[in-house]
Amino acid sequence: MSPDALPGPARTHTAPPAVVVDRLSAGYPGVRALDEVSITVDSGSICALLGANGSGKSTLFKALLGLHRPTAGTVRLFGHEPSTARRRNQVSYVPQHDQVDTSFPVSVEQVVMMGRYGHMGFTRRARPADQQACDQALEEVGLSELRRRGIGELSGGQRKRAFLARAIAQQAPLMLLDEPFAGVDRGSEELISTVLRRLRDASGTTVLISTHHLAGVEDLADEVVLLHQRVLAAGRPTEVLTEEQIGRSFGAVLRETG
Amino acid sequence: MWELLTQPMEFPFMQHALAAAIISSVVCALLSCWLVLMGWSLMGEAVAHSILPGIVLAQIFGLPMALGAFVFGMLAVLLIGGISGGSTLKHDTSIGVVFTSLFALGLVLISRTPSETHLTHILFGNVLGISQQDLLQTAGLGLATVAVLLALRRSFVLLAFDKVHAHTIGISSGALSILLLALLALTTVTSLQTLGILLVVAMLVVPGATALLLCRRFGQMLAVAATSAAISALIGVYASYWLDISTGGSIVLAQSGQFALAYLFAPVKGMIPRLRQRRQRPASDRVSPTRPIDTLLDVKDPI
Repeated sequence: MSPDALPGPARTHTAPPAVVVDRLSAGYPGVRALDEVSITVDSGSICALLGANGSGKSTLFKALLGLHRPTAGTVRLFGHEPSTARRRNQVSYVPQHDQVDTSFPVSVEQVVMMGRYGHMGFTRRARPADQQACDQALEEVGLSELRRRGIGELSGGQRKRAFLARAIAQQAPLMLLDEPFAGVDRGSEELISTVLRRLRDASGTTVLISTHHLAGVEDLADEVVLLHQRVLAAGRPTEVLTEEQIGRSFGAVLRETG
Repeated sequence: MWELLTQPMEFPFMQHALAAAIISSVVCALLSCWLVLMGWSLMGEAVAHSILPGIVLAQIFGLPMALGAFVFGMLAVLLIGGISGGSTLKHDTSIGVVFTSLFALGLVLISRTPSETHLTHILFGNVLGISQQDLLQTAGLGLATVAVLLALRRSFVLLAFDKVHAHTIGISSGALSILLLALLALTTVTSLQTLGILLVVAMLVVPGATALLLCRRFGQMLAVAATSAAISALIGVYASYWLDISTGGSIVLAQSGQFALAYLFAPVKGMIPRLRQRRQRPASDRVSPTRPIDTLLDVKDPI
């Protein structure tokens, strides 16, 4: 394909897409979680992966992170295998609530510093640049005052922000967030949305959000993918997130699953 | 009073015993901090029991005891990982199968070996019979273990805290786990002479557990666990001398006593402070009034 033939700004063909998922199928014994899923996420955009519980969102995230081996299809991150992208520190991940051991004896600051480990040497000793990135990330999510607290001594929303800060400090060009708005207070939700927009606009970070909440992503995402084992719809939120479209898309699902 | 402390040290065997006890319990204590956070307390037990056939075989073939023990410790680790990974069995089940089998193999080998292998020494340790050469080996291996542990302490903490993040930034949690288990095998071998197979498990769990109850940060845990272990070694060695009781048993009982105190009185996590001030925590964050797609779709079953 000749780039000259494409309309639009020149940068559209300078960088490969951040995420290219090509006819990906995956599952567990007896369960097909993903069925020929193809998704492309442009560099520097915010994409929301929307689906109910059991829609295969988690499996897709695991495949992107290289934690789940698909049965067919490929995943490319910035044109590379996921393992290569991980080694190049190109991917950051903000986990769900329940994946965190809240009794673990680490402070908020220590958790955020873990985001810098990929930039550090063998002993993971922080250099001034690491401390600076850590400080900025804490400032950005409004946790500077609470940096000495234990990770278990935060509210749900604050803890989510702490892990967001870890991902910010990592400075990876692709950030994956697993249910960033679940169990989060209104203030934290707005702050997280603001931070994600700024990351996209200021540093060109590509943001991929997995969620089953419509409300969190309507105004935030540049692109929405409706997932239920297959890609049911993909496009701009205004096109995809109409009651009619969702009803039509998921109506089939409801009939299927009973 | 002073004589209580100095008189036992007039004997070289008591000096060796005290030094060996302190070194091995401190090394075990440092390692135990990671083990309790990894949920690997039982792995200590598994490795400790599994090295018995290694020790016997080493004696039969005239090889260094530490070598045989280390090989079988790693064999146990790999078998446990292989069995729980390659079947639907739970991790603790494969631990139970592997270490008892290897331990039984050790017992059978001993019964057919007319040797200087003193089963009771292997099982219960022989800290009062430690030679200067044994002491040097204990110190050397202990020092090497501590050096690796401290150099990689942040990576090991990350491994215990968040394997997915480690994976995401390109750190191999598998390789780190194997390394930590290798250090566990090495430490077990180092401590064998002091405490024996049966009691080394205590040193690999109790100080870390005590420290976790007392501390809010991992760095403090290391300091508290090491101090507690060193104090226990002192108490144990002196108590065994003056009261004529088992040295290994005394050391472990001293550790258990400290654990009991921490369990009851630890500032925040202790039982009594917790009972006394069951204050209401500040109301946690309100869940946002968003519209979950689940309710819209009436899909109830979670993954």
